[in-house]
Amino acid sequence: MKRCVFVWVMALALVAFMSVPGAMAGEVEVLHWWTSGGEAKSVAVLKDLLEKEGHTWKDFAVAGGGGDTAMTVLRSRAVAGNPPTAAQVKGPQIQQWGEEGVLADLGRVARAEKWDDIIPGVVAQVMKYKGQYVAVPVNVHRINWMWVNPAVFKKAGATIPKTWAELEEAAKKIQAAGMVPIAFGGQDWQEATVFESIVIGLGGADFYRKALVKADPAALNSPTMVKAFERFKSLKQYTDKSAPGRDWNLATAMVIKGEAGMQFMGDWAKGEFTAAGKKPGVDYLALPMPDTDKYFLFNVDSFIFFKQRAVAAGQAAEAMARLILQPKFQEVFNINKGSIPVRLGMPKENFDAPAQRSMDDFVATAASGGLVPSMAHEMAVYPEVRGAIFDVVTNFYNSDMSAADAAKRLASEVAAAK
Amino acid sequence: MTNEGRQTGMRFAGSLQRYLPRIVLSPTILSAVVFIYGFIMWTAWISLTNSGLLPRYKLAGFLQYVKLFQNDRWWVASRNLAIFGSLFIFFCVVFGLILAILLDQRIRVEGALRTIYLYPMALSFIVTGTAWRWMLNPGFGLERLVREMGFTSFTFDWLVNSKMSIYTIVIAGVWQSTGFVMALFLAGLRGIDDSIIRAAQVDGASLPKIYWRIIIPTMRPVFFSAVIIMSHIAIKSFDLVMVLTRGGPGYSSDLPATFMYTFAFTRNRLAFGAASAIIMFMAVMSIIVPYLYSELRIKRNG
Repeated sequence: MKRCVFVWVMALALVAFMSVPGAMAGEVEVLHWWTSGGEAKSVAVLKDLLEKEGHTWKDFAVAGGGGDTAMTVLRSRAVAGNPPTAAQVKGPQIQQWGEEGVLADLGRVARAEKWDDIIPGVVAQVMKYKGQYVAVPVNVHRINWMWVNPAVFKKAGATIPKTWAELEEAAKKIQAAGMVPIAFGGQDWQEATVFESIVIGLGGADFYRKALVKADPAALNSPTMVKAFERFKSLKQYTDKSAPGRDWNLATAMVIKGEAGMQFMGDWAKGEFTAAGKKPGVDYLALPMPDTDKYFLFNVDSFIFFKQRAVAAGQAAEAMARLILQPKFQEVFNINKGSIPVRLGMPKENFDAPAQRSMDDFVATAASGGLVPSMAHEMAVYPEVRGAIFDVVTNFYNSDMSAADAAKRLASEVAAAK
Repeated sequence: MTNEGRQTGMRFAGSLQRYLPRIVLSPTILSAVVFIYGFIMWTAWISLTNSGLLPRYKLAGFLQYVKLFQNDRWWVASRNLAIFGSLFIFFCVVFGLILAILLDQRIRVEGALRTIYLYPMALSFIVTGTAWRWMLNPGFGLERLVREMGFTSFTFDWLVNSKMSIYTIVIAGVWQSTGFVMALFLAGLRGIDDSIIRAAQVDGASLPKIYWRIIIPTMRPVFFSAVIIMSHIAIKSFDLVMVLTRGGPGYSSDLPATFMYTFAFTRNRLAFGAASAIIMFMAVMSIIVPYLYSELRIKRNG
């Protein structure tokens, strides 16, 4: 009988020992959804750097749904009290995780590496919870880009637009020449991407911040917003009939093939042009969307780190956070991913022309105040508010709702979601 | 072994026999209690809280339900379910019945035809949705095909028209499920005693009259089963919408299931999503419970 109890105790002890999370020295388990070709290559760079320092990398990639699936997995792991070391979480959601009290404080690394000096203040603000770094930024995407096929413009005799009036004029000419002026994908996030660029182009950075970052009801239901809705709807006549539901990369393909003149999309569209063997400046042009050359809507991917019980695991996590912002990783990762480094003052030679322009604008707008977080790409407001904005924008665009009603609805739906 | 030992052994075998069914069944019962009823209760509880990103257990009353009923998108989704559910069930039953009656005429290649009609059932809704998305797309589907045949004014743009998009889901759903309903009816038709029909023929009844007055009424239980199965397929429809229209254009073809997923899992509104799930659950219950009640009562009486 006694022996029996002994065996049970031993067995339980063994099970308990084996299931202690992070008991292995210096392991980081990283949840991310960078699984496509270039992205996976980028992640492998970080893994190599970390392994050179003697830590081990446990990959926890969850593909699909633009991160929705990964978030569901992360939530269940966090509820079970067994979160991974680090997870790809961005924007205001960092604050929500901070409120749950599960995030590790990265203050020590941040001070040693002088993060406050090497990343812009607007971006740093997103990474901090109650003044302390809890997340580390990886890369920067610019949202307000316009991708142009110059051959289409030439055929139609149109000039490449810099202002909204020029855009309408060019669109009419392209349409008259029998081509689609604007390649568009009718999915809510793509609609919101174009809409937020229109809002900043029309209302400026201060209005944008009030309306789509602070979600101030007075700004949401304002004459400027009504005008932005009208302008957004006026684009519809320049898109083709099959646009609803179309994926963004299929819209990009229309520009590449010369079926459409231009597309409004973030700088990840560049990857499609590169994959098709097109050269920037020759086969395609990347310009800021009309009226928005003074502004930079940013989308920053970042990792949050969870509190670790084991000391070694904490050290490995700090090493990972430090490596992410080191110049070497910043360069290799961002060239692979098609984004630009979040670290300021990086050498530009190895980046292509659109990325170089983006890097210059990043610095310039950070100084001028034109650098603002993107609402459509989860950088500006909580997911529930973003969802409410999406609902109104997409419903407005796809129904016969008036612009004045849309602005009114925007304010009330956002208030209900908060 | 001593006599005493053998007796213990027998007693053990006896009690084992008595308890064996319970022991064997207990895992299923336990898992049903925990994973079905337990999680229903959990969802109901969450729907009464303020949970956002992660579940919180402090009750906040019916706030989420109030917000749900004020949400425009929820009403669009509910109205869509009413349209989709009624049309889907109606057309599946009508077409299924017609096909079953036609197949029941002792035709030669019945086996092959039955397989052809049943085949869509073997596909997942993802495949059905993708295929129909291509066919219904005005840019390269049916509309373009007919226009290239010379009818240049032909328009069929339901997929991209927010007023009509929900009907494309009906089309794809009916295509998928009619074969299954047909199989149900065919089985029902085969179960009818031939002598009744012959007696009616002797009495001089025409074939349509025999079907209308005798055969269809005797298949009442089959109708019930078909409607119940179809209605739960309709209420839980998710994959077909996700693939065919993604709820769009806008959110014009949203259904409650896609609504729930969107709010609970992509917008960090767990409690709000749970509230919509509970309303869906009540909708299912309001169909299933009366049905079970009537079925069980018939059995007890019979």
